[in-house]
Amino acid sequence: MTEDDIRTQIAPHQHKLGGTIHALHQLMRAYGYIHPEHLPIVADVFNISVAEVRGIVSFYEDFKTHPPARTTIRICQAEACQAVGSRVLTEELETIFGTKLGIPRSDIELEAVYCLGLCASGPAVQVNDRLIAKASAEKLQVPG
Amino acid sequence: MTTVYVPLDSVAVAMDANAVAEQLTKAGAVVIRNGSHGLAWLEPLVEVENGSERIAYGPVSPTTVADLIANGFLHRPLIEHPLCRGPIGSHDFLQTQTRLVFDRIGRDSPLRIPDLADVLQALTMPPDDLIEIIETSGLRGRGGAGFPAHIKWRTVRQTDAPRKYLVCNADEGDSGTFADRLLLEGDPFRLIEGMVIAGYATGAHHGVVYLRSEYPIAETIFKQALEIAYEHHLIGPNVLGSDFDFDLELFVGAGAYICGEETSLLESLEGRRGQIRVKPPVPAISGLLSMPTLVHNVISFASVPAILRLGGEVYRDLGVAPSSGTMSFQLAGNIKHGGLIEVPFGITLRDLVEGYGQGTLSGRPFKTLQIGGPLGAYLSRGELDTPLTYEAMADIGAGIGHGGLVIFDDTADLAEQARYAFEFCELESCGKCTPCRIGSVRGKETMEDIISGRASDQEFNIIDDLCEVMDRTSLCQMGGMTPIPVRSAMERFPEDFRQGTRA
Ligand SMILES: Cc1cc2nc3c(=O)[nH]c(=O)nc-3n(C[C@H](O)[C@H](O)[C@H](O)COP(=O)(O)O)c2cc1C
Ligand code: SF4
Ligand code: FES
Repeated sequence: MTEDDIRTQIAPHQHKLGGTIHALHQLMRAYGYIHPEHLPIVADVFNISVAEVRGIVSFYEDFKTHPPARTTIRICQAEACQAVGSRVLTEELETIFGTKLGIPRSDIELEAVYCLGLCASGPAVQVNDRLIAKASAEKLQVPG
Repeated sequence: MTTVYVPLDSVAVAMDANAVAEQLTKAGAVVIRNGSHGLAWLEPLVEVENGSERIAYGPVSPTTVADLIANGFLHRPLIEHPLCRGPIGSHDFLQTQTRLVFDRIGRDSPLRIPDLADVLQALTMPPDDLIEIIETSGLRGRGGAGFPAHIKWRTVRQTDAPRKYLVCNADEGDSGTFADRLLLEGDPFRLIEGMVIAGYATGAHHGVVYLRSEYPIAETIFKQALEIAYEHHLIGPNVLGSDFDFDLELFVGAGAYICGEETSLLESLEGRRGQIRVKPPVPAISGLLSMPTLVHNVISFASVPAILRLGGEVYRDLGVAPSSGTMSFQLAGNIKHGGLIEVPFGITLRDLVEGYGQGTLSGRPFKTLQIGGPLGAYLSRGELDTPLTYEAMADIGAGIGHGGLVIFDDTADLAEQARYAFEFCELESCGKCTPCRIGSVRGKETMEDIISGRASDQEFNIIDDLCEVMDRTSLCQMGGMTPIPVRSAMERFPEDFRQGTRA
């Protein structure tokens, strides 16, 4: 990840509306997270302060500042999924994986998400890119 | 070869529709990926073209599709099969709806360019006449606040500025709502048509769709739809041969509920933290890049073609003025038959929950429903006969919001739901004003004391005070409306809050 690589990633977004957000999405796609070294480069390209970039990164859930786990399991915590057992499912998965929602790990990370639009078919879960409706520990193919 | 329809919609895909489609292709069928008809409990809903009929089967899984194939469902209708639903259009759930926005959904690939007669017609009319039709129709914004659309249209049109913008709010963050997603995945051209007409009427030549990042399938489909729309000159220079130019782009958010609020959304679109802007000025006068901006929800824009087709009067007379036209309700949570129900305003909660929804999924007694998203009221069984109009809902201290109804059975604990309302506000607060930023944390902690049985009357007084302050002094409705779920739960289900209290 050289400075030139990073600049190449960002360059196409420099003059777009909301370019900073586009650029940060691109860095997420390319590197999996926003590295401290990215900040001054983004700041330079968009002619804003490093503090401002840091402020943007910290405001949005999607912009992570640590490397992603091999498997990220996002579990919907919002009302429609609560109504069909997402709280119990969350506890089950926490027990199975020996972790808690929101703890960064390199193997499996459980993450809270607030609605995936599958509210009529909850609980909703997303394993990396894969959407799962009516989720259960069994359906996620983990030993219950 | 037999043509088969397998939805590409998120719910269908999350129930293994891709594997089902693959098996059907292997079995020699021509598979068309369509949008969802909105009967969520039947997804993946597979439709097989047998002669002139389309026979539906659902919910189909990779296992059951193998069985259906073996039984020959590609060659003749299996009317006796337990998964057979007949022609889907005659299903009670659909037949009784008035689908104007969702009229085309599910019929075909979402990427097939539709008949564009409505747009062509609109482009021949004087813009002021179009705005008048919108005024007559009584269309109110479907994003939540229900503000009359024509006032914003006219303001944008009449405000002098070098540039004007349309912004479509597809941030759809409310739990229990998925109408925007269904449309973007299943009939994206409906939205594009509406935006082109609105752009022409208001004099805006640039549009942006702000889509939440939690909808990856909608993103993929809408991007492709934009390309196809450019190829067919539905957008771009000289729209459909007229002298009207209109550009449209997609912007994907980054995981912040508050960015659904229009001024926060505009900040985000300009590449900053999504912090609320103080109103006035309203976006219709000074919005995106300080230019006049028409901000509407997906369903608001997508209602426009039908309004022009029917005429303002016919559309207005569909509902119960001043709640005019159709509303796209969404049944979610603990409900047997969840999905999308587009019907005129005025239907009762009971007709939705017990009629369309067929009661709870668990089979246990209904306890409550939350209407209008995380900032909406919890209602009781005794209120189920209330008609769904903005006015009747306001009378019982509730709102319709974006039309989502989340159903809970008798295992729900309303103290826990009230605690969550504060927690959600804490998580999603933009941080700009104190009542919301601090009040939500205090509220959550106090509610935790109440739940643990450690509370006395003092804690209840604190909740009352916090709600009062948040309601009155928050800068936006995030902090301002968080008291609604809290208070509605406490008023209607006091027993859930008084378990084990010392008072
Ligand atoms: C906290 C908050 C979240 C909101 N989220 C959304 C949303 O996700 N989608 C939406 O269309 N409107 C949302 N709104 C309402 C918008 O601010 C705005 O009123 C709406 O987009 C205007 O479009 P309409 O006239 O079509 O309703 C939200 C409002 C608040 C206060
Ligand atoms: S009420 Fe909350 S979300 Fe709204 S401006 Fe204040 S801090 Fe931000
Ligand atoms: S509330 Fe869980 S998917 Fe919408």
